[in-house]
Amino acid sequence: MAKYLLLKHYRGAPAPVNNVPMDQWSPEEISAHMQYMNDFAARLEKTGEFVDGQALAPEGAWVRYDGEGRPPVTDGPFAETKDLIAGWMIIDVDSYERAVELAGELSAAPGAGGKPIHEWLELRPFYGVTPTITE
Amino acid sequence: MNEALLRSLTPSVLAVLVRRGADFAAAEDAVQDALVEALRVWPADPPRDAKGWLVTVAWRKFLDATRADVARRRREDRVDEEPAPGPAPGADDTLQLYFLCAHPSLTPSSAVALTLRAVGGLTTRQIAQAYLVPEATMAQRISRAKRTVSDVRFDQPGDVATVLRVLYLVFNEGYSGDVDLAAEAIRLTRQLAAAIDHPEVAGLLALMLLHHARRAARTAPDGSLVPLAEQDRGRWDTALIAEGVGILQAALARDRLGEFQAQAAIAALHADAPTAAETDWVQIVEWYDELTRLTDSPVVRLNRAVAVGEADGPRAGLAALAALDDSLPRHTAVAAYLHERDGDLATAARLYAEAAQKAPNLAERGHLTRQAARLNARRGG
Repeated sequence: MAKYLLLKHYRGAPAPVNNVPMDQWSPEEISAHMQYMNDFAARLEKTGEFVDGQALAPEGAWVRYDGEGRPPVTDGPFAETKDLIAGWMIIDVDSYERAVELAGELSAAPGAGGKPIHEWLELRPFYGVTPTITE
Repeated sequence: MNEALLRSLTPSVLAVLVRRGADFAAAEDAVQDALVEALRVWPADPPRDAKGWLVTVAWRKFLDATRADVARRRREDRVDEEPAPGPAPGADDTLQLYFLCAHPSLTPSSAVALTLRAVGGLTTRQIAQAYLVPEATMAQRISRAKRTVSDVRFDQPGDVATVLRVLYLVFNEGYSGDVDLAAEAIRLTRQLAAAIDHPEVAGLLALMLLHHARRAARTAPDGSLVPLAEQDRGRWDTALIAEGVGILQAALARDRLGEFQAQAAIAALHADAPTAAETDWVQIVEWYDELTRLTDSPVVRLNRAVAVGEADGPRAGLAALAALDDSLPRHTAVAAYLHERDGDLATAARLYAEAAQKAPNLAERGHLTRQAARLNARRGG
């Protein structure tokens, strides 16, 4: 019983095997990709392991506090396309091994030519509960 | 409305339906529907016979669902409206429910969810909230668990040890949301102890009570962890401690030691010490030796190293620690503590900071970071 984040982003990961930008796929290939993601989420819901899945819009801004009584400062965006966070899925599973297995399946989503993208997903554990019995 | 009463009636109502011939999965759904209806109807219109009401409503729900099912499949089989006579349900049925919900074919999270619903009488929504997952996910987890055990015969004897592991998980690894999972685990373990006479069931119940007794003292008002040695022992619940110790002593007298009795014995020795300095660490080390013999768990060996550090000095603790795999969870935190006790503050501060990075939860991370900061401030000052 542990929650993991499967984060889809492009910060520091090696290039995926099937590395063709999405705007160069055929419309059918894009539909097949979307269908795969939806089916994956639906299957996880059936196994009782799904917590959340979201995609992020690419446009963003940097925001910070600018002192008492002043509005926050916004700036940017500075992020390159390659630094964007595209989205995430949160799962609740019985083991780390199961989390790795599911991340592997999600990474097999089809891309150009209907072939798996093999994209890198970052797998991060959530902080768990504080157990009562530790001694 | 007395929700505790409602929940305590759940297993026996479910058992009545199963005894009347309903299959477990359908009966469990029907009882859940009846519980949800009771939560809605009882506040304004409480029944005189709560259990009778639940059995009637659950049976009606079961028949409705079965009829709908039959109609959907266009079968013409007649559904018996009259319940088949069966033996009166009793403690044995409750016990069978515990076995079924903790069946070894289930994953830990499924067994926990099914136990909380079928034995604990919690609604799917409450369980989902307690484990921070969507209600739909929890509903699927539970129905999948029921499919997994659908071929298991209800009257098949089970293994108490698997049930105890599930109840331990509920007690030890629950979030603190609207449902108090620790209190729920204690209630379910009490109910189990009433259904079966077994020293390890008593041992687990004692262990839970002894730890629950310290709950108020375990966290500071800001939510940070207060280590055992620094807890205000005046805030420990002496009634719970007395009950836990009594249950433990009766169990130990039967001379069938198990891991939960040994763990409870360690908790009892802590509870017995008026101040942290008066803790009987020599006896605690002996109990850890017993625990090592019973479980051979590396986590137990790690905790034993802490106890050895208290009983025989930090050098002895570090020597015991050196024999263990340093990739064990909390190994670095233990090393930091023993180095601090040994007076090596620089090493301790570095290890506390390293341990904070590896902490499995936020409260421990905060605690370890503060330890590192405290030592760094002292060394700098």
